[in-house]
Order: sequence, then structure tokens, then C-alpha cells
Amino acid sequence: MTADFLLSLAQAITKGLLTGMVYGLMALGLSVIFGVMRVVNFAHGEMMVVGMYLAWMGFEYLQVSPMLSLPVIAVIFFGAGYALQRAVISPFIGRPEHQQFLLLLAIAILLVNVSLVIAGPDSRGVQMDSQFESYELGPFVFDAVRVHAALTAVVIAGLLWLFFTRTRIGKSIRAAADNNLGALVVGLDVRRLYAFTFGVGAACVGAAGALMITIIPVTPFLAAEYTLLAFVIVIVGGLGSMTGALAGGLLIGVSEAVAGLLLQPSLKSMVSFGILILVLLLRPQGLFGKSGP
Amino acid sequence: MTLLARLTGGVPARSLWGLGLLLVLLLAAPALLGKYGLSVLILVLYFAFVGQAWNIMMGFAGQLSLGHALYAGVGGYIAAGLFFHYGIGPWAGVFVAVAAAVAAGSIVGYLGFRFSLAGVYFALLTIAFSEFTRIAFDHWGWAGGSGGLFLKVDATSDILNLRGGPLLFYYVILALAAGTFILCRLLLESRLGRYWLAIREDPEAAQAVGVPVLRCKMIAIMISAALTALAGVWNAFYYNNLFPETAFAMGRSIEFTLAPIIGGLGTLFGPIVGAVVLTGLGEIFTDLSEVFHISGLKQIFYGLALLVIVMYRPAGVWPWIAERFGFGEKRR
Repeated sequence: MTADFLLSLAQAITKGLLTGMVYGLMALGLSVIFGVMRVVNFAHGEMMVVGMYLAWMGFEYLQVSPMLSLPVIAVIFFGAGYALQRAVISPFIGRPEHQQFLLLLAIAILLVNVSLVIAGPDSRGVQMDSQFESYELGPFVFDAVRVHAALTAVVIAGLLWLFFTRTRIGKSIRAAADNNLGALVVGLDVRRLYAFTFGVGAACVGAAGALMITIIPVTPFLAAEYTLLAFVIVIVGGLGSMTGALAGGLLIGVSEAVAGLLLQPSLKSMVSFGILILVLLLRPQGLFGKSGP
Repeated sequence: MTLLARLTGGVPARSLWGLGLLLVLLLAAPALLGKYGLSVLILVLYFAFVGQAWNIMMGFAGQLSLGHALYAGVGGYIAAGLFFHYGIGPWAGVFVAVAAAVAAGSIVGYLGFRFSLAGVYFALLTIAFSEFTRIAFDHWGWAGGSGGLFLKVDATSDILNLRGGPLLFYYVILALAAGTFILCRLLLESRLGRYWLAIREDPEAAQAVGVPVLRCKMIAIMISAALTALAGVWNAFYYNNLFPETAFAMGRSIEFTLAPIIGGLGTLFGPIVGAVVLTGLGEIFTDLSEVFHISGLKQIFYGLALLVIVMYRPAGVWPWIAERFGFGEKRR
């Protein structure tokens, strides 16, 4: 245990925490959608990849930084998610899980292959000056892009919290999630609320995509990996819990970074899946979930 | 006679004639079809067979597994590895392969069912085990690691070691598919089959009336894993290569689920009809996308087809056909 090793361990942990915030934002979208309408979004990673591509296109063709295109992407994703829920997913709410699974799988196949046709199979990344900058704090060095991405993710998560606790529509969505029938009885338009929720969930993952492209380049083949990653995070944190999604993101981010340092980088997701299996068996409601599944 | 009576009891005569005709056609197919037609039919039978195996778990017992690639991968790797390293032929190796897959299934099943995980949570557990194993095989030298395991391609026909041309593999997969079809019919008609349906419809009520829920679910996953391992062994020797990236991929697990879901979950013909529909569409879309020379186009057509089917025939294609043409098999 040399001081050098401890320092690199601490570096890995901070790097994992910063990336984990972006993971958390991505997982938040999945968690919100599931928590409100009990639909598991099997196309989540695919939506993430589309968000990354949009940010890349904005940078490549319009010279707009991903940080600036983020709000635009979030709005586009909100609209697309709202429309998708209204037009396609709505009849499947309350249907057997395998039918929802097949529906979202079809959507996932379409999203990832349309991206493939438009952007090609090569990996696409953005080159910004800030990628070479870093902040120093004592012996620690932080990548500037990771710090910016993590802070933005925190701000978005905070806005989401305000939306769900302070606004009328946010409260209505929570009411519909808690008691669907009750919400209908008091006259809430639950179908519109569901569409709104899917839009909000999609906006989260779109924003997470715009942040992620500043950290790593995108290929269509990342989609399935992100879908799995989002599942792992929300199950570990507690499906349907907002705090859980963020905490799960941090935990998985750190575990990946530390596993990459101590073991081989290719073994890092084995640790995540190991954590998932343990959580499923010992605490299936997740670390922050309230009730059992 | 009782076995035959149980197999055919309650089946309309025209369905029996139809089945007999189908079997004769399938037996004679290599003489009727060209090389390409036979390769497509082999694919259809393969997906019908694994679909049938998966259907036992989801369609009969109601347990959603999205990690069946685990059993096919373990089975295929063990049989291929035994042949590759020690020259042990697949007819012997298959017993080890199936035993290993059943052991894997028992572990996943016991942990999942013992801690009463259901629905999406159980599905995620199966995915996690499959992915975990994929990464382990990526780093396991005996199995060739991420570089893959290759069997020597041998033109000479050696049935004892399952080496030979498409004809051999056709009749092997036909026997497997037909045998599993009969097995599934017998299972559905048995007490165990009724228990499974009770568990699928309402696990708590089943438990309350004394159905041994845990044991029945365990039997379902063990039978399903064993059959899926057979498919894995067949697949390994048919294609002569194995990679962890594909053998244990989530995409492969999903592939196994499509034929029964599209065809009609919980029905005997669902996986077969689904396999015909999906493989047929796949071939058509391959031809179509070759016209345009765009990679990914085939998958876009495929995704659109899945979307249309699930939106307009959510219970599957077969129940709808059966009702229209009076073949009389409903989802139980």
C-alpha cells in the first residue's frame, strides 16, 4: 500500500463518482418511467445513444458545444417521448410484461439501426478544448469535462426534484403513480400525465447522452450496454426511487472505475453484474427502494 | 397405446392429418429443396426448437427468462471444448453439456425462486447471470477466451462425431424439434403441466391449494435449460465456432424469445409458426436490403415488422390462425 497506489485509487474513485452522476441521470429517466407507469423501458440505452448522436451532430455540423445543445436535445426528447407514449406505448400499459418487452424491443431495434444508417458504424466523438483542461485540488487532478458533466447532471436532477415536488403537474404525476384509480376519480387526465412522464424520462436520458458524448465517443453498439447499465443502476438503487437511481449511478460508476484499476478494465462490468445479483437476492427492492417488488 | 392416446386425445382429426402431412413433407424436404432452401429450413427448425424450450418456462410456467443464452452457451462450449481438447465426441459430451446447463439453470432458478423474484426482476437476474458468464468465458483460456473456440471443418461425414454436411444437421435438428414438440404436448397434458398453468395464472392461489410451486418452477427451468443446451451443442457443431460475445450475448437470449412470443405464448404451435414467420421475414429483408446496399436496413425492416405484429396481434399469430381455420388450439 504505497502512497502512489492510494492516490491513484482516490483518483479512480473521484473519476467514478463524476461519471456516476451522468449514469445516475440516465438511470433517473428509466426509474421515473417505471415508477409512474410500471413499464420497463427496454429501449433506454438506445435512447441514450440517440441523444449522444444528436449532440455529436450539433457539434460536428453546427459547431455547437454539447453543453449548449443539451437543452435543445432535452426538449426534442421530451416531445418525442410524449408522442411515442401517446401513439404507441399507451395501449400497452397494464398488459403482460412480455408484450411490453417486445414492443420496446422493436422500438430499440428501430432507434439503433436508424442511427447506424445515418451515422455509420464508426465511433463518433467531439473534440473540445476543455477535454485537455483539468482542475487541481491538492494532489488530485479532475478532468474538466467530467466535472462539468457531473455538475450539470446534479443541476438537472435538482430541477427534476423541484418539478416533482413543487409544480402542479409534477404532483399530479406522483398522485397517479401512487394511486392510479384515485387519480382518475379526482379527475386527473392520467393518460396525458403518463405521456408527460415518458417525455420527462426521455428528456433525462437525452440530456445524459449530451453529457456523455463529452466524456466518451459513441457507436451504435453501445446501446445494449447502456440499457443493461441503466437496469443495473436502477435495480441496485431501487426501481422507482429517484434518490436510488442517483446513488446507484454513483455506486456503479465507482465500482467500474475501481475494478478497472484493480482488475482488468474488461472485467469491470463483471463487478457491476455481481453487485446486481447480490442486490437482487439480498434486497430486491434495491438499496433505496421502499417496498418489495 | 395409452401414450399415443394421451398424445392424440382431444385433437381434431383434420389437425392430426395436417400434422402427419407436415411430418412427411419435412422428412422429404431435402429431396425437394435446394441448398439454400434447406439452410433456411434448418434455421426455422432451430428457432422452433429453442423457442419450444424457452416456451416451457415462460409460456407454461410463466417465468420470464431473458438469459437463456447462458444454457445454450454453456452447453455448446462444454461439448465443443471436450471434443476440441480431448477428442470426446458430442454424443458423449452432450451428457456433460446438458448436466452443466441443468446445474446452471438450477442455480439461477433456486436463487430467483427461493427469494421469490418474479416478472422483470427475475428476468434481470437471468440477464445478469448470462452477462456474468459471458465475461468469465472471455477470460477463460480453456474455452479459447475472447478469441473464440474453433472446431476443425471436416468435409468427410463422421456421424459418430457429428461431423458432416447440412443434411446430417437437418435431420438432427428435425428429430430434436419433433421430439420436443411431443414432449411439450405430454408435459401440458400431465399433472405437472396443469400445475405450471396454475402457477402462471396465479402463483399465490396455486400455493394456497397445495401446488408445490418451488419444485414445479425448478423442474420447468431444468427441463428448459437441458433442451436449450442441446440447441447450443447442435449450434456449436453446425457453425464450428464459438465466441463469448455472441454465444452469451443478450441478443441471442432475445432471439430465443421472439419465435414463441410472436407465434403465441403457451401454445404448442406458437414457437413453430413464430420461427417460420421470423426466419421468412429475415430472409426477405436480407434480400431487400441487398438491393439498397445499406447496412442496418434489414434490422429496420425487422423492427418495423415486430412493431406491427405486437401492436396488432399481441397474443401471437398462431392463436389467430388457429381460430380462423378451425385447428382448435387455444392458449391454455
